[in-house]
Amino acid sequence: MEEYGGGDLLSEAMGSAARVVVVEDCVEAPGAFVLHLLLKRALASGGAAAFLALAQPFSYYDRVLRKMGCNLSLHRRNERLHFFELLGFPGGAREGTIADSFVRLYNEIQRLVEANRAGENAGQFTVVIDDASLLEVVALGSVNDVLDFLHYCFTLTSEMNCTLVVLIHEDIYADEENMGLLLHLRYIADLVIKAAPLSTGLAADVHGQLSVVNKGTFSEQRAKAQKVWNFHFKGKENGADFFYPGTRH
Amino acid sequence: MAAAGGRTLGRSSFSRATSNPVTSSYGAAGVKIGPNGAAFVSSGIPDLDRILGGGFLLGSVVMIMEDADAPHHLLLLRCFMSQGVVHKQPLLFSGAMKEPRLFLGTLPAQVSSSKEDGRHRAMGAAASSDGRANDEGLRIAWQYKKYFGDDSRAEHKDNKQEFSNDFDLRKPLERHLLNGQNIECVSIQDADSLSGLQDCCSAFLSKLPRKDAGSLTAGRIAIQSLCAPQCRYFEKDWDMVSFIRSLKAMVRSSNSVAVITFPSTVLSNSFCKRWQHLADTLLSIKAIPDEDKDLAKLLTGYQDMVGFLHVHKVAQTNSQVPVILEASTLSLKLRKRRSLVLERLNQAPVDGSSGPSSAASSSCSSQGSQLDF
Repeated sequence: MEEYGGGDLLSEAMGSAARVVVVEDCVEAPGAFVLHLLLKRALASGGAAAFLALAQPFSYYDRVLRKMGCNLSLHRRNERLHFFELLGFPGGAREGTIADSFVRLYNEIQRLVEANRAGENAGQFTVVIDDASLLEVVALGSVNDVLDFLHYCFTLTSEMNCTLVVLIHEDIYADEENMGLLLHLRYIADLVIKAAPLSTGLAADVHGQLSVVNKGTFSEQRAKAQKVWNFHFKGKENGADFFYPGTRH
Repeated sequence: MAAAGGRTLGRSSFSRATSNPVTSSYGAAGVKIGPNGAAFVSSGIPDLDRILGGGFLLGSVVMIMEDADAPHHLLLLRCFMSQGVVHKQPLLFSGAMKEPRLFLGTLPAQVSSSKEDGRHRAMGAAASSDGRANDEGLRIAWQYKKYFGDDSRAEHKDNKQEFSNDFDLRKPLERHLLNGQNIECVSIQDADSLSGLQDCCSAFLSKLPRKDAGSLTAGRIAIQSLCAPQCRYFEKDWDMVSFIRSLKAMVRSSNSVAVITFPSTVLSNSFCKRWQHLADTLLSIKAIPDEDKDLAKLLTGYQDMVGFLHVHKVAQTNSQVPVILEASTLSLKLRKRRSLVLERLNQAPVDGSSGPSSAASSSCSSQGSQLDF
């Protein structure tokens, strides 16, 4: 992502030119607000986006982003946003196996990315997945199918001017046996943003802490810059506040 | 509703920016319309409705983590189901038992109104004589704050009687209310898979579509002990979580709320977390041992408590801001051994011999013995 449009700690930590962003969260500290923020910034900077929504229906994201100053309905009408409502995926129209459904889904995404690249306004394209843990549920536990699908999406980031943003619930993978998906995502990520609760629990002023690990694989300047950031966040209707611990009154 | 208490005192014990009692209105019987397009049905426990900011959100899934040692989750489930029967809302009940119909016989009846009036009036009078007289200069000792919630209840009594009722857990619900009702019961104990239940839910929910007006009939789904080990599908972890995901998708687009209780200890950690992530509202119950002396010294009113209720997540419409409660762990008490109330925990004074504070609680166990840390 070339610009983030925000002058806050999160954009500073993220830098630019990250291709794969993985957002981790847990039950006590939901991280979906980071996805909303990244989607808003992707659309605001003039690019296009494909949103794979497994967690909530379109109306939810529309309302939430509208409060943040981003009109998803308008973007969808202008074909800048391609919304995949996957609450019931694969659903009744399913022919074949889960893998087939994933293949079909990937083909559609690939088509969109290619169309965007070939178009005149070839801005940044962002693929957002909310969330990867639900992809596993869709696949009824077949992690290989999910990994295949994610790997194909990953290839889009290197072949074409595309960014991948994935949300995953890291507390589901706390056991040793089934860490596969989480480890894989962490490995391919350029940027890992992890939302965690404070050890003292929820508070009205601070909803949790965010740690950003920027591997800096894509940018030479980054190699010397700060790699790990830790700060606090507070979710708001119109976005989120990011601040260092103790700098809030 | 909770903010009403704040009006009389200048401080509210529970405040939530989005809820505003002045603007809330009532749609169909038992449905309350809130801001942001939210519609609520009552949980059957007025305290819980207040804590959750209105009640159970229509279109959401409520999950209750059971305690392995005690069946207190059934108290919540029964109040939820009785409330639906009283409001004549269609109900689908499914349980890990051979004859779910028999469970209906354990549903509580409403508290008879004459007694409730007397109690509220007494509380209201006692509070108002102190509270209303001098608002600004009044400073309420922290222990008494929880009693002022009743003051608002007396004011809005008429409205509240329609939306949310107190249930007497000692009296069974009148037969005639159950007979004329749209209640469906499904047993999941002998089912090899959850597809049967899923079809039932699908058929049930298709009759309750969601419209923006929000004034259509609301439905309730109550599922007891979804992952109980005696169910035949118990080993199929992925099927169970897939069922919840499908149910959530169906409930989202319908005018109903689903309450699912499950024994979280029988699931693996990983799947337990998956279930928790799927919930819109997540509660958990913890039982209290009967004769725990340490707890008795630590908390006031320990003798009345049957358990703790912890609120992990509260459903919201269309908002990314988490709901921060002032107190997320509450004590479950049976007031007069019949109706369920939720109260904030109050720590007993360390020195047991302080006079006024012991009068406030029903019994403070230690009479002069010290707490050792």
